[in-house]
Amino acid sequence: MWKNHSKLERHSLLLVLGILLVVSVGGLVEIAPLFFLESTIEKVKGVRPYTPLEQAGRDIYVREGCYVCHSQMIRPLRDEVERYGPYSLAAESMYDHPFQWGSKRTGPDLARVGGKYSDAWHVQHLVDPRSVVPESLMPPYAFLADKDLKTEDIEARLRTLTRVGVPYTETALKNARADLEAQVDPTASGASLARYYGDKVNRRDFDGDPDRLTEMDALVAYLQMLGTLVDFRTYEADAPENLR
Amino acid sequence: MTDTTAQQDSPPGAVALLILSAVGAFLALMATGLSPDPLFRLEGWVFTFAALASAAALTVGVANGRYQADPGRYEDGVIRAGAIATVFWAIVGMLVGVVIALQLAWPRIFYFPEAGWLNFGRLRPLHTSGVIFAFGGNALIATSFYVVQRTCRARLAGGMAGWFVFWGYQLFIVMAAVGYLAGITEGREYAEPEWFVDLWLTIVWVVYLLVFLGTLWKRKEPHIYVANWFYLAFIVTVALLHIVNNLSLPVSLLGAKSYSLFAGVQDALTQWWYGHNAVGFFLTAGFLAIMYYFVPKRAKKPVYSYRLSIVHFWSLIFIYIWAGPHHLHYTALPQWAQTLGMTFSIMLWMPSWGGMINGLMTLSGAWDKLRTDPVLRMMAVAVGFYGMSTFEGPLMSIRAVNALSHYTDWTIGHVHSGALGWVGFISFGAIYCLVPWLWKKDRLYSNALVEWHFWIATLGLLLYIAAMWVSGIGEGLLWREYTPQGFLANSFVETVSAKHIANIIRALGGLMYLSGALIMAYNIYRTIRQPAPAVLPAASGPIVAAAA
Repeated sequence: MWKNHSKLERHSLLLVLGILLVVSVGGLVEIAPLFFLESTIEKVKGVRPYTPLEQAGRDIYVREGCYVCHSQMIRPLRDEVERYGPYSLAAESMYDHPFQWGSKRTGPDLARVGGKYSDAWHVQHLVDPRSVVPESLMPPYAFLADKDLKTEDIEARLRTLTRVGVPYTETALKNARADLEAQVDPTASGASLARYYGDKVNRRDFDGDPDRLTEMDALVAYLQMLGTLVDFRTYEADAPENLR
Repeated sequence: MTDTTAQQDSPPGAVALLILSAVGAFLALMATGLSPDPLFRLEGWVFTFAALASAAALTVGVANGRYQADPGRYEDGVIRAGAIATVFWAIVGMLVGVVIALQLAWPRIFYFPEAGWLNFGRLRPLHTSGVIFAFGGNALIATSFYVVQRTCRARLAGGMAGWFVFWGYQLFIVMAAVGYLAGITEGREYAEPEWFVDLWLTIVWVVYLLVFLGTLWKRKEPHIYVANWFYLAFIVTVALLHIVNNLSLPVSLLGAKSYSLFAGVQDALTQWWYGHNAVGFFLTAGFLAIMYYFVPKRAKKPVYSYRLSIVHFWSLIFIYIWAGPHHLHYTALPQWAQTLGMTFSIMLWMPSWGGMINGLMTLSGAWDKLRTDPVLRMMAVAVGFYGMSTFEGPLMSIRAVNALSHYTDWTIGHVHSGALGWVGFISFGAIYCLVPWLWKKDRLYSNALVEWHFWIATLGLLLYIAAMWVSGIGEGLLWREYTPQGFLANSFVETVSAKHIANIIRALGGLMYLSGALIMAYNIYRTIRQPAPAVLPAASGPIVAAAA
């Protein structure tokens, strides 16, 4: 055996080939099946693609690196379920490109933060975290309220998401910019928004400044829908299709 | 050699690189001018400026007949540059680490509402990438170029390609860093750079692989030395991980934003397959290669066991790849995948300790040198920390332990015992060895300063790890604490304020470790400025002399 190894030590390409073979096994066995096994993602009612405004808010969440301190993954442990709500399902992040489960809780989990606090609380907390939570370590995000949300490329963004598997319809894509603006305007007809994303979409001015569409609007809209899509009163965790 | 012949002799590689730089500058300028995205334009200017600087430098160099390669000597210039870059990025990366540690200790002082780009969320990737990829990456590239030439007794292949790898990698670092501060990110831990930066790194990395392989092909030794197996596994596997994990679709070819090809649970496992093997192949295999060359060299002893090298090399790279799912215990990842990840993580303990034993036992018969040679002691302690973290890792990958440790500071402490204790110390050791060899000095400027570096860094490191154990295990227990009535005992923010003292100690520990690196920088600077010794040390000689 030891003598045979000298072949690998004498031929660099054999060595490279050996390394490639050996390091490929684990990934193929562990990752590849996740794309084929149907049981990987539960079939749950309520999960839908993000509205254009929510997706814009999510992009800001990613841009600011919120995931380095906040997880979006509640584990099925007693204290987590009591503190944050029902444990997270795979289906709830099936349209998340990229996933934002996180790996660290310097701040609390946000998987079900939607609807727990008022918009005004979120805005105040983002502008000056220590004005509402004195012991908080969170950085201030006041600049979001001063920055107009960029809306020109929202259709292109959603179209790219369609190409990687998020099921926006062609008409929804065409309407994306109008839908985005309609979501922060309570006087607009929400019919189009309701048609594509359901009638439970939060429609209001989120940042307390109705005259402007800011990045704060988008981020708060995203935070306020997190974890609210699945109705856990009707979700049966023990049903055979949900056991993995 | 007269100037005219020298001009004719300008290597074709330099001219080719000059043309490529000019073309690159032109294309980057076009892309910058046409892009509607201000963030993309910012990166475009960085690239244009770098390509122009490269073209200008190459023009002057080619015109003056520089870049004359003596095939009878080793290519050491690029390694000297790499050694300096390693020290520079070590200080930058660790300084950012101290800043974000201070932000967590005193948020009222160290956050600036007007400067969002200095927020924790943007600086933290700068710190992690700065330390892992800028400091660690430069240490790996520089040492690999040194080791592969010496152990093959061949000049670095590809002529100017080595310099392309060096400067191309620095450009990758700068573009990534500028992007983090500006808010250009894919939102994937340790793989934050956006698609165009990823593409650039892929080009640089493929050239790196070719330079390394080309040097192996030119070797005058029949066998490929064990350190080179590890370097090769590191280069090949990191290429594979980088490409798969960064598969994403740009919104526009003239815009910075892209979306990951995968979503949710598949994206999570792809990312942690990458993330854990960035640890396994970047921070472990690569630095084990450093251990396999520099420890025996410094101790003047052969590697303890050839067979152990073989067994632990193949088992390490086979098992590491499976360990990713231990980052996703109790998540929405299917349980079978979690269990596989946990099983292989525990098995990983054995090959890891195989490497540790092989490194430490190489010192048998030379243990007395630990008393007198602080550089060797630094490397021995590095191997010790490697053993400690590779025991702690499998422990934390057990699902029941992970239920407590995940999401807490314990993970941060674990990472730092590996990064500061193992990666940091083994790199410092290699740099302390390399600098006198490369600049043809007979010794370092001051051994006493190395002692200071060693002790201040070791104490800082211990403070850091201990603080994170206390705060991490502490917050894990506070999160799950119940009152006798069966209610959660602590609100989340109470567990945050409980960590205040630990956060201060952590910042202090980081500051001490950074001070050690600054002492090293001064020592290295003074070493380079020393007058040349009367007799050249053997290691810096030409290839023929090394063969004798």
